Amino acid sequence: MSINREEVKHIAKLARLNMSEEEIDKFTGQLSGILEHAEMLKEVDTDNVEPIAQVTGLQSVSFKDEEKECDYTDELLKETPQEIQDHMIKVKNVF
Amino acid sequence: MIEHTIASANKGLKEKQFSSVELTQAYLDRIDATEEKLNTFITITKEEALKQAKEADEKGDFSNPLAGIPMALKDIICTKGIKTTAASKILENYTPPYDAEVYTRLKKAGSVLIGKANTDQFAMGSSTETSHFGVTKNPWDLERVVGGSSGGPAAVAAADLACYSIGTDTGGSIRQPASLSSCVGFKVTYGRVPRYGVISYASSFDTIGPLTKTVEDAALVLNTICGHSNHDSTTPNILAPDYTNFLLESLKGIKVGVPKEYFEDVEQETVDTVIKGIETLKSLGAEIIEVNLPLTKYAIPTYYILAKSEGSTNMARYDGIKYGHTTDDAKELLDIYMKSRDEGFGDEVKRTIMIGTYALSSGYYDAYYLKAAKVRALMKREFEEAFEKCDVLVTPTSPFTAFKVGEKTDDPLAMYAADTLTVPAGICGLPGVSIPAGFDSKGLPIGLQLMANQFEEGKVLHVAHAFEQATEFHKKKPPL
Repeated sequence: MSINREEVKHIAKLARLNMSEEEIDKFTGQLSGILEHAEMLKEVDTDNVEPIAQVTGLQSVSFKDEEKECDYTDELLKETPQEIQDHMIKVKNVF
Repeated sequence: MIEHTIASANKGLKEKQFSSVELTQAYLDRIDATEEKLNTFITITKEEALKQAKEADEKGDFSNPLAGIPMALKDIICTKGIKTTAASKILENYTPPYDAEVYTRLKKAGSVLIGKANTDQFAMGSSTETSHFGVTKNPWDLERVVGGSSGGPAAVAAADLACYSIGTDTGGSIRQPASLSSCVGFKVTYGRVPRYGVISYASSFDTIGPLTKTVEDAALVLNTICGHSNHDSTTPNILAPDYTNFLLESLKGIKVGVPKEYFEDVEQETVDTVIKGIETLKSLGAEIIEVNLPLTKYAIPTYYILAKSEGSTNMARYDGIKYGHTTDDAKELLDIYMKSRDEGFGDEVKRTIMIGTYALSSGYYDAYYLKAAKVRALMKREFEEAFEKCDVLVTPTSPFTAFKVGEKTDDPLAMYAADTLTVPAGICGLPGVSIPAGFDSKGLPIGLQLMANQFEEGKVLHVAHAFEQATEFHKKKPPL
């Protein structure tokens, strides 16, 4: 199945990825090729097959829901390229 | 001194033939002499290495075989206070405030970190050409790629830039570069080594493993890095055995399966070399049987639909806010996301995000993601059936030897095809290894791949070790 320019633009927006006109052209061609290639999966009979999202069969691994100290919050905050105010990251206007 | 394996260096340290500082300095000199040609490292941690080596010497306890031994980490493994870039612009200056579990374990064993090795950006690629820091060259032919994504770590083991390295394998990223550069590249069962602190690509595929000069060395590293962790809920609580117990030389009673599907569309010299390798296994006592894995041809699309879907969600965290690159051209919040990601990600990462977002989007989810997840279930069943008939599978690692830099960069599907024979083990979480098995007429290395059922690392090590002991290919070094 091929994908057109408008769809590529839409997907890029959903993925929060700015894209130049040239990039849109390039990706329209490349993604179409890749998705057309994936069409071959239709040949495989998967009726009554349960999909899997993991392979080792581990189930319901959980841990105690309890508060723990994090001893590197200051170092984490140092990594932000944004402004810090009152030990929090200050972001730009939403609108 | 640089030709030392972990085992032989450990012996030298124990017998005081040399110190860890001397060994470390020898590798730092070797890196100095080769880095301009090969471009193996993103960061060389000279000070840290010499400090750790000095500590190991002062302690003088080399009972752990990794103590005082210099190694390199793929630069997607977080190291506290040391830049970890994922070979990307978006994390170009990222310094993690914590260590990955695998590095914590290696440090506890007394390892010496010599540097952070190059990789494809976010481990997405098969040639290290998607690295923001330039391609790593193949030590056997500087016009060719060394493979990827763990191209840096492979060059480390192949060209004696340290005793060993640690890479990651999602769809072949340890085994394929090991094959292209002539070293041992070991992929563990999914969940066998904790992923905590390793930058994610495809979370249900990603594994961590060693690239070494011998199979014995791989076993020594696995002994330190394998096992359950409270930091990674996908590591099963199954005790890891002492992997050196599997290093046996006779293959009597071992059944080796040969799937013919792995020999189609493969370069003739590679086919011939692996067939010769199968003869060697037979001469060591193995019983060779034919097996069928007809779903193999669907592995590549299954892989890229699933891995790129998971990859697209993992890439969502890079938003220009919490850490990493941010645009200086933003008026409002949305601009920060859109522009920082555009400026910070390379083409292959963008393709991952686009394919993944598309395959997971409403209307296409069933046709792509869900379909591929069903084929994955069938492939897993097909392997389980094969392993009822044999202990290990033997195949070529890569359909072709090292290709020229730039040869496949404009054709994503041609690049994905480099992983044709390695993605099945990634899709099904199987352990596997690539070991040196010969050279083609151009003098380029050819690797032989072994795979076993989940958590059967021991069987892989056994057959790989027996093959290595009976052959000399692993001893040949690139003419650098």
